[in-house]
Amino acid sequence: MGTAVEKDNMFSDSDEVLIGLEIHVQLTKLKTKLFCGCATDYRGKEPNTYVCPICLGLPGTLPVVNKKAIDFAIMVGLALECEIPSKTFFYRKNYYYPDMPKNYQISQYNKAGGVPIGLGGHVTIEINKQKKTINLTRIQLEEDPGRLTYLGSITSSDYTLVDYNRAGITLLEIVTEPDLRSPREARLFLQKLRSIIEHLGVADGSLEGSMRCDANISIRGGNRVEVKNISSFKAVQKALQFELIRQRRQKADGVKTVMETRHWDDEKGITISLRTKEEEHDYRYFPEPDLVPIEITPDWIEKIRNQMPELPDARRERFIRDYQIPPYDAGVLTSSKALADFFENCIKLYNHPKIISNWIMSDLLRHLNDLNIEINESTVTPEQFVNMLKYIDTGTISRRSAKKVLWDMIREGKPPEQIIQEDGHQRIGDENVIRQFVDEIFKEYPQAVQDAIKDDKAINFLSGQVMRKTRGTADPKITYQLIKEKIDLLRKKAN
Amino acid sequence: MASFYELTAYELHSMLQNGDITAEELIYSLFDRIQKTETKIKAYITLLKENAINQARLLDKKLRNSNFFGILAGIPIAIKDNICTKNIRTTCSSKMLDNYVPPYNATVIERILAEGGIIIGKTNMDEFAMGTTTESSYYQITHNPWSLEHVPGGSSGGSAAAVAADETILALGSDTGGSIRCPASFCNITGIKVSYGSISRYGLISYACSLEQIGPLTKDVRDCALLLNVLVGRDPYDSTTLNRPKIDFLATLDEDIKGLRIGIPKEFMGTGTAEAVSKAVWNAVHLLESFGVTYDEISIPLIDYAVPCYYIIAMSEASSNLARYDGIRYGYRVEKDEGEWNEIFAEDRLAFGPEVRRRIMLGTYALSAGYYDMYYLKALKVRTLLRNQFEAQFKSYDIILGPTMPTTPFKIGEMISDPLAMYRTDIDTVAANVTGLPAISIPCGFSDGLPIGLQLIGNSLQEELLLRVAYKFQQETDYHKKKPPIGG
Repeated sequence: MGTAVEKDNMFSDSDEVLIGLEIHVQLTKLKTKLFCGCATDYRGKEPNTYVCPICLGLPGTLPVVNKKAIDFAIMVGLALECEIPSKTFFYRKNYYYPDMPKNYQISQYNKAGGVPIGLGGHVTIEINKQKKTINLTRIQLEEDPGRLTYLGSITSSDYTLVDYNRAGITLLEIVTEPDLRSPREARLFLQKLRSIIEHLGVADGSLEGSMRCDANISIRGGNRVEVKNISSFKAVQKALQFELIRQRRQKADGVKTVMETRHWDDEKGITISLRTKEEEHDYRYFPEPDLVPIEITPDWIEKIRNQMPELPDARRERFIRDYQIPPYDAGVLTSSKALADFFENCIKLYNHPKIISNWIMSDLLRHLNDLNIEINESTVTPEQFVNMLKYIDTGTISRRSAKKVLWDMIREGKPPEQIIQEDGHQRIGDENVIRQFVDEIFKEYPQAVQDAIKDDKAINFLSGQVMRKTRGTADPKITYQLIKEKIDLLRKKAN
Repeated sequence: MASFYELTAYELHSMLQNGDITAEELIYSLFDRIQKTETKIKAYITLLKENAINQARLLDKKLRNSNFFGILAGIPIAIKDNICTKNIRTTCSSKMLDNYVPPYNATVIERILAEGGIIIGKTNMDEFAMGTTTESSYYQITHNPWSLEHVPGGSSGGSAAAVAADETILALGSDTGGSIRCPASFCNITGIKVSYGSISRYGLISYACSLEQIGPLTKDVRDCALLLNVLVGRDPYDSTTLNRPKIDFLATLDEDIKGLRIGIPKEFMGTGTAEAVSKAVWNAVHLLESFGVTYDEISIPLIDYAVPCYYIIAMSEASSNLARYDGIRYGYRVEKDEGEWNEIFAEDRLAFGPEVRRRIMLGTYALSAGYYDMYYLKALKVRTLLRNQFEAQFKSYDIILGPTMPTTPFKIGEMISDPLAMYRTDIDTVAANVTGLPAISIPCGFSDGLPIGLQLIGNSLQEELLLRVAYKFQQETDYHKKKPPIGG
């Protein structure tokens, strides 16, 4: 166990790995909660100030469905090619927990006569250049519970604090079939799903905790384990990797994996047993008597269909067609709405799609990845990005300097002009200045000079040293020219 | 001349309008009466004398200085203590909500206030409206004004007793399985449960959402119609309310009832029905016959299953509705800060009385995995079939008639130790809740000085017809005008 090769095998796609996901997406673009008029921009606000008698579940209050939430859910359903039923129902899911104001959650159900807002459906991902269809079981609407917070850690805190600002926020639960075969597929699926949802304009996945995920994972023939509390897509991959190793190790050791619910501890990077099957809740689902069934007419569905914006797959095709960029690049650029928007906004300012695409693919994304942030979390604007490219065109900076300027733009949040001024990235075009550097290099590398006299090829080394000394700001053509002249002169002397 | 407190809202409305009496005088008259009789009756949990007087004074001023004259202007009204009143304690007669003060008004309260009604107090009830006698209240036992040893019926016993004892002019109750009609019958007053979805439930503390409606408890049919004019209507805060066109229930009271057809299901006149009750009901039928109404004895077989069907649905919903009472956000909280939250809240929930606990446990059981199909789902099927059977009869009959309760009021304590026997007495009332049909109870006689109630069930949204028949009956009888012998 534990060698690099074995580890790699452990994560590779395999028919014996079965992964299914349950994703909870907050429809953050809704202005009000699912069943009351409270505002939804609760993040960073004083606890328990975004509440009313209804979302606090005070005695006597009743829910009223936010019609816009139904619109949004239908739109997601259409985008994921779910079947939209002609009638959908809310059900009560009963269990006790202090973050639930009513001690039941108004949700939907696909059994006991329940019909959720979307049935079936699928998402296509691309893995190893192959298209793969991930089938969905259903999508359904439900209310988010409140949030429990502890003073310090959960174990050391003397008491638990409850904030109901989040209670009643609209959640769309998306449930997949166990069609995913590796942690990486799971991450790619989630990325695609998020891009679709963001393209629809129903949610902003970059908001903290706005997309949460539970995962079911098993090795064929073994018991299914549910992993809860996964709060980011990167964590999904890590949690599944951990769980896969754990289950494979158990299998290798001849231990039967227990059917249970486990909790992902992001800090420690491990899963911990939460409860076994016997301790599972009996949720006692039954139809919510305070709400009436929702009739979804064909006209309603058509109206939503006509409002549907461009989806990532269509956008990808358009990028390939209109901007003449490689399919792979177009796929990466449309893997996030923010990134695709960034790309197209740049094009509006600077009509060189290929150059922009190359810079995004080769530099921008690498830097963002290093910093573990997304494009909309960085301060770099399309204007700044394009200005930097224009400085290359005008000769103000070299391509090589530009790479450093971009890194500083991302890291320090400064506009390119400022970085160029402060750090002297401005290109040196003055022959007299460059000649001084050339003279210095000739003194420092006499052997290279001799080599160059014999063969022009060695001039490249000398010119490289000048570029290094000037941190890439010296004009390469002028530099080469000056070195060549000087070498030619030495050749004459030697003759 | 009768004292002010003895009059009906309809009568007082014109007196107030003509300036024959002020709202303040009426309130004082009423509180004098309450002072004399309330110690015997114990109808109220909270009395709002000062509030009411202030409100009456403000209203008198408003009546003098403006054109305002709301339907209920200056009319005192008592509210069952499961209907939320802003800044006024609302207990559901439970230790659990002993200290609970809602921050909002129920929709019906907003409607009453907008029409100038004056809330004079919150009335006693069975805990969380679970009962037929008002004996399960955490606070007190309410006594029947007709005989203090007898129960007023339930669960809206406080509201009914207050109306019967002239301790209010109007009252609101709620009816989940007969909780308006049963006490109306036992206290010799008029009470109606409207078609499901006609009156907003927003602010009614839920017992069983799919069955219950708020409704009036009044001295006569005319007051019932008057109060319905205020209460009925769509509420955007209650998705289950219907978009009914605006109806003036007073306008059609006088219309002729000749030619109406009445069906009397034998299931309503079964062996559990006291002889005096069935005699009074038949007398009522014959009286109606003399007004040109025809009748047939019919059968609606599934009525026999209405009680188990009702209790399964009601208890199942209750087990979920009452889950929120955990002492974390409001309500009873044990004096204990250490321990796991679920241990603490389990102790908090001991604040529920035995009947409430019983229904929560049975409802939890009925919804549990493996039992859901057997109980809850089956009850829903019976519900649909029962509604079909009623609907079939409404093709031939305008009204289904029977007693409201199979007996006259029980003695206090008589039923408390035998819940099943108590549940069985709901035989005549629960069908209207299970089917969502409107039903009215009006006085139709006495036995040994104890009142008997007549129940009329109408087809969906046929309240006008029920009121018209009931009004005609009251035009020709004086049972409803009889006053209980409590003196004062």
